[in-house]
Amino acid sequence: MSERILIVGAGTAGSVLANNLSEHLADEIDAGDAEIVLVNDTEEHVYKPTWLYVPFGEKTPADALRPLDELIDRRIDLVIDRATAVDTDAKTVSFAGETGELSYDHLVLAMGTSVSPAETPGLAEGGHHFYGPDGATALREELASFTGGHLVLSVIGNPHMCPVAPLEFTLMADDWFRNRGLREDVDITYTYPIGRSHGIRSVAEWADPIMEERNINVETFFNPDRVDPEAEVIHTVEGQELSYDTLVAIPPHEGSDLVREAGLGDDGWVDVDPNTLEATGAEDVYALGDVADLPTSKAGSAAHYAAGALAKRLASVARGDVPTSEYDGKTVCFIESGRDEGTYIAFDYEEEPTPKEPSRLLHWSKLGYNQSYWLTARGVL
Amino acid sequence: MSESEIDADVTVNAIGSSCPGPLMDLIGKVKSVDSGTVIRLQSSNDQTEGDVDEWAEESGNKLLAVVDHEDHQDLYVEVT
Repeated sequence: MSERILIVGAGTAGSVLANNLSEHLADEIDAGDAEIVLVNDTEEHVYKPTWLYVPFGEKTPADALRPLDELIDRRIDLVIDRATAVDTDAKTVSFAGETGELSYDHLVLAMGTSVSPAETPGLAEGGHHFYGPDGATALREELASFTGGHLVLSVIGNPHMCPVAPLEFTLMADDWFRNRGLREDVDITYTYPIGRSHGIRSVAEWADPIMEERNINVETFFNPDRVDPEAEVIHTVEGQELSYDTLVAIPPHEGSDLVREAGLGDDGWVDVDPNTLEATGAEDVYALGDVADLPTSKAGSAAHYAAGALAKRLASVARGDVPTSEYDGKTVCFIESGRDEGTYIAFDYEEEPTPKEPSRLLHWSKLGYNQSYWLTARGVL
Repeated sequence: MSESEIDADVTVNAIGSSCPGPLMDLIGKVKSVDSGTVIRLQSSNDQTEGDVDEWAEESGNKLLAVVDHEDHQDLYVEVT
């Protein structure tokens, strides 16, 4: 009897997992002993880090897209549909379209997350963001016409996708305005919810002197609870008010109703064992990527490495072997510190990162990786 | 201070969350409750007590007590 591994979501986590599994289980799939079904709600894979470059006119939203059927191995059954419910007792997933219902032997949830500006009153009307094609495009238009005033980058949602993106955007904006000869007319403020400029202490210690050197104002313990779009003022839980001319927010992120309703996580993130990635609320259910409640960043890199570990684990399970592969929290993130220099950090559950000296070479390494990412999605790199 | 001396109105379970998760979970709850509410924040992260202490002072809320357990701490915060 064939073991069906059902993967919901074909972002970085789901695509890398499916392709790695297809390689590990090629013989079993060919023999009819295993089956990989990958379901996604669109026909295209989205590489979200591309959006960071859109506001500065260096990429377009189309650059983030590739057809899934070009990335996914032929041994994988690719289904385009939207999952609506999981029944962990019956071991089935329901879908909105003609797929109807699929049973599973092993289920992997990898639906990612999305932003929810509406959670903060006034933010949708008064702020911009770059976490999506529409938001990034609107921000590009805003920045193109912004010739002077107060630009505020405010981290409101946490956890959020890509832990270093807020710092990257701020440093890239500083560089961008300098290159356009406008920096003297632009004040830049970066705000963060806790008492330092980044959740990872060593990253905050790396960023602080750079911010000071570039005359970027940093506000900490800054938690907006509403935005007044007409007055262009941010109000915080701490009782502060901050005026802005252009607000770029890292909006609140939302978990999944499907996860809540399936009893897999009260906040919409799947409660999992951080090493095995098994859901704590049901058997034979796993979670990968942003939808998993892991003690690490919601980063594509974390999803990539976790997918590699889970692929080995699930391949063992499908063969009837004892699984030994575990995820250790490994994450590697490039950080743009301008538009032509960058650095990177590498860390895991135990070790804090140490950012390297920014360089042009590391910036080009990031751009190079952004191109070779398509090999990562194929499970090659 | 013993746990029985404080009655929490609401509990936020952030056990297992990495920094700054527990403080962010607390702030998220503060946004949705009334003044006078006592929140019990449960955390197993060793940086949480310092983070919450600093934030409470900055924001004018009160860190009433911290109770140590074998695998986590309960931090009682009164919203002002």
